[in-house]
Amino acid sequence: MSALTDLTIAGARAALEKRECSARELAEAHIAAAEAARHLNAFVAETFDLALGQADASDKRLAAGEGGLLEGMPLAIKDLYCTKGVHSAACSHILDGFKPPYESTVTANLWREGAVMLGKTNMDEFAMGSANVTSYYGNVINPWQREGDNKPLVPGGSSGGSAAAVAARIALAATGTDTGGSIRQPAAFCGLVGLKPTYGRCSRWGIIAFASSLDQAGPLTRSVEDAALMLQVMASYDAKDSTSVDVPVPDYAAALSGEVKGLRVGVPAEYRLDGMPEEIEALWRQGIDWYRDAGAEIVDISLPHTKYSLPTYYIVAPAECSSNLARYDGVRYGLREEDSDLTQMYERTRAKGFGAEVQRRIMIGTYVLSAGYYDAYYLKAQKLRTLIARDFQQAWEKVDVVLTPTAPSAAFAIGEKMDDPIAMYLNDVFTVPASMAGLPGISVPAGLSAEGLPLGLQLIGQPFDEARMLNAARFMEIAADFTARPVGASGGAA
Amino acid sequence: MAIDKATVLRIAKLARIEVADEATDGLADELNAIMAWVEQLSEVDTEGVEPMTSVVDITPPLRSDTVEAVAPRDDILANAPNAEDGFFVVPKVVE
Repeated sequence: MSALTDLTIAGARAALEKRECSARELAEAHIAAAEAARHLNAFVAETFDLALGQADASDKRLAAGEGGLLEGMPLAIKDLYCTKGVHSAACSHILDGFKPPYESTVTANLWREGAVMLGKTNMDEFAMGSANVTSYYGNVINPWQREGDNKPLVPGGSSGGSAAAVAARIALAATGTDTGGSIRQPAAFCGLVGLKPTYGRCSRWGIIAFASSLDQAGPLTRSVEDAALMLQVMASYDAKDSTSVDVPVPDYAAALSGEVKGLRVGVPAEYRLDGMPEEIEALWRQGIDWYRDAGAEIVDISLPHTKYSLPTYYIVAPAECSSNLARYDGVRYGLREEDSDLTQMYERTRAKGFGAEVQRRIMIGTYVLSAGYYDAYYLKAQKLRTLIARDFQQAWEKVDVVLTPTAPSAAFAIGEKMDDPIAMYLNDVFTVPASMAGLPGISVPAGLSAEGLPLGLQLIGQPFDEARMLNAARFMEIAADFTARPVGASGGAA
Repeated sequence: MAIDKATVLRIAKLARIEVADEATDGLADELNAIMAWVEQLSEVDTEGVEPMTSVVDITPPLRSDTVEAVAPRDDILANAPNAEDGFFVVPKVVE
């Protein structure tokens, strides 16, 4: 048997079942790996004692034959999820010291099925960023490095700590959240599978809100099967989230035949960008060939409003963020900058507690919602969103899934793209359209760049059709046979 | 329409974020760059297009209007920067 930290969830479940290891040994192996990889800054709060207690409880349940679907699986949880009595700060200074008196629905689902929490992971502040460089707790380092160059690279964002933890083999899997690409883009940068479900598939209750009409929980894993197993548990109908959708959760793992004969795969012309690196184009063509050679039907499609998705996003998301983040006022939780005047107290607290990118987005959001500008910006963006969603609805008459690159580049170095907010926003150019339309998307590691860094391809699925999308992803996983591992993984490169 | 210094200060006031005077020029430049970039949306004809209000096609569910305990009061107050006698404490607002 390979090292415990190298197992997939599916492999670890089998090892526990065959008594090749205990849940405690599994937890201890991951804790040791996490301690050895602290320089990555993947965790902002370690909960190792809690993990060992949960693992012992898992061993008891396993011995009694009562193990859940994720019994004993050591996971990393994004700091955006409220976890009862445990650090939950969205990696913002303004939530200093906040310990929620309740548990998010998604994490409650995970614990109910026996999962073990190793800690809370680093992320861009309030999930606003694409490189994990806006966290109050510092940058995260990608365990991958360019060949012959040890310059530290970003893990992508906003779920950068979660991605780094799973890629470095210090967690079996992690939760992330995706508003415009925050699961899929870091998955691509770290050589992982990253799944954003349909909006409404996972409850948002207890997940600190950024842009409520876009935010969605999902897993980062090292295999498609693991993504299916995680989604199986994370997804549920929840009356506490009024946008949660009451549709049955199918057996996702059971749908993974890897058979794609007859599958209609859409290739949107508008995702061919000027100046896109040739290796991304080549990988995309390779992906198309894999599907065609396996008997899938390749269909050229048009999603005409693609180019407007990102600017539309940068009206909708800041508008919702300015509203959601109004609650951080120094009164009920977190940081407070004292002042004898109430308004001054608010203003000083928020100036000190929010970082530059969060302040920028609150200001943009406040502006586009302010009197006289609402129609020109916010209403206009909502109409664009209708057109973007309609593009996909028309595509679904011809195709079952859409295949695109996940990100326009491989991971870049910490410090790059920092001077120009728009250059940073362009990281999400391929992931934002599905977010705007509420559709499920998954990034699968499909190849390496010339510099030896992972590159991902994205599949976009029809609403609540994660099962078919996952099966198409499973096919790509087999075809790509991505076995490279980062130098920063526990145990080193293969 | 360009965002000038006065507009930055007005937005900051609305957003309840203190902005130092010397930071306003830089912020105005950043916000102008972003707004100029989103301006490309104006080239799309959206006449007669319904604005999207829900990305999933559902009727918002109704729930019964009953009182439920979320968490004990003291657990919630435990996170407050300043609490007294079961209340949040704020600077004096009424003379």
